[in-house]
Amino acid sequence: MEFKTFVFYFLSAILVFAGLRVITARNPVHAALYLVLAFFSASGVWMLLQAEFLAIALVLVYVGAVMVLFLFVVMMLDINLDRLREGFWSYLPLGAIIALLMVAEMALVLGGNYLGLFESNVAQAGADTSNVQSVGRLMFTEYMYPFELASVILLVGIVAAVALTQREKRKNKSVDASRQVFVKARDRVRVLQMPAEKRD
Amino acid sequence: MMIDALQGLLQGIFGSVFPLIWVLLKIVLIIAPLLLCVAYLTFWERKVIGWMQVRIGPNRVGPWGLIQPIADGLKLLLKEVVIPTGSDKSVFLLAPMFAFAPALAAWAVVPFNDTLVLANVNASLLYIMSITSIGVYGIILSGWASNSKYAFLGGMRSAAQMISYEVAMGLALVVVLMVSNSLNLGDIVNGQGRGYFVDRGLGFLSWNWLPLLPMFVVYLTSVVAETNRAPFDLAEGESEIVGFHVEYSGMAFAVFFLAEYANMILVSTLTAILFLGGWLSPVGFLPDGILWLFLKISAVLFVFLWVRATFPRYRYDQIMRLGWKVFIPLCLIWLVVVGTWMMSPLNIWK
Repeated sequence: MEFKTFVFYFLSAILVFAGLRVITARNPVHAALYLVLAFFSASGVWMLLQAEFLAIALVLVYVGAVMVLFLFVVMMLDINLDRLREGFWSYLPLGAIIALLMVAEMALVLGGNYLGLFESNVAQAGADTSNVQSVGRLMFTEYMYPFELASVILLVGIVAAVALTQREKRKNKSVDASRQVFVKARDRVRVLQMPAEKRD
Repeated sequence: MMIDALQGLLQGIFGSVFPLIWVLLKIVLIIAPLLLCVAYLTFWERKVIGWMQVRIGPNRVGPWGLIQPIADGLKLLLKEVVIPTGSDKSVFLLAPMFAFAPALAAWAVVPFNDTLVLANVNASLLYIMSITSIGVYGIILSGWASNSKYAFLGGMRSAAQMISYEVAMGLALVVVLMVSNSLNLGDIVNGQGRGYFVDRGLGFLSWNWLPLLPMFVVYLTSVVAETNRAPFDLAEGESEIVGFHVEYSGMAFAVFFLAEYANMILVSTLTAILFLGGWLSPVGFLPDGILWLFLKISAVLFVFLWVRATFPRYRYDQIMRLGWKVFIPLCLIWLVVVGTWMMSPLNIWK
């Protein structure tokens, strides 16, 4: 077996194991941590495919940012583990349908190799071109408008999130920092002159 | 010369597994001095702050107190690691490793001079950003696994701070890689070795710190906040507030400390490489060399200590305001300014 194949199977085994643990781990925080492990192994597999930009971006975006926020939420929620496990049988039919759909989709993708799904006459880039450069070039020339559209949609999401949290009136009494920096000592401190009193 | 001879000798001994041994040897050659530097950085910090506060600092263990860090390390090693009841034991012990490992792994792509680098990859800056972004897990997990409200709230506080400043730091780096037109740290340094002032023997005016001065300030401040150092050290705040590692003791606590100092050295190196010309000599009549890089790293580290001894601690809402409302808009504006600059005939980065 070639070393590359060995590395691929090794990473894939970790990936599959971590993926399984994500859905079987009892503790939601542990499940999230296994998801982090899954992302790491997936990034390793992508690295094997020489998609180094995607691999590093996966770690940077998903592990470095998204999963941290995920953990934030999971840790803050007061999750009752037993309540979470109730109603397994009533949700089973719905879950089974979704699972079957996903298996079918995966079969389409994986079977595509044999059924000629990927036979295309798109030119393949040479090995010496930098991944980051070609992704960047495409994104800012050919896919400029979809890219800008995606960023606007994200911006709407940010504005909506901020608006949702700011709906109620501010309850804390923190001082506005931009006004605070202009405060001088004489605005707050009053120096009194008092004649010394005699003790009797 | 000597390295070539050593390479030949080892090749004779190990035969076909030689490349593996060679890489391992290089890793040890980076990690071992790094850990020694971490130990003596703690000593140097106590000395410098001592002098700034008109004290002597540690002076009892060994000549001039030089053995102090070893004694401290030994003390921490011999102490018991207390694991609180009701804590998540595996995550509790995993968290310090999450904090420490990224600080070491990032060194894989750091270049020391033109040729001296463990892995010369094209996307090295991207790699460093993604690896260092993992460090936040150490904080958030240790806070959660301790099964203590104080540690948990402290972890949340520090994690939010680190994520916020990572954005500003990333945007500052975007400007740097825009002007150097590369993600490779070696190319970024070499890009700083060209220009008007280099031809006139004043290389230090061509480094990124001057044309990108606002970004340099933003980056330097952000890395102080990223490493949880004073005046942004709400993670510890020894006397007033408690942080994510209140429940840690012995070596588990020491690993967090090592991680903080290793991160300090790492970000100082990055500052030296990205903004201060790495191994390039500041003036024309002196040769370039690895010594310059070490000198610059030490200078940036000294700034870290100096800042700690000088400024009072920030309040939390002020920290967040500085990150989100001052630094990020500044970075975005400067991004546009530099972009326009590069497209205009006045472009100095050709």
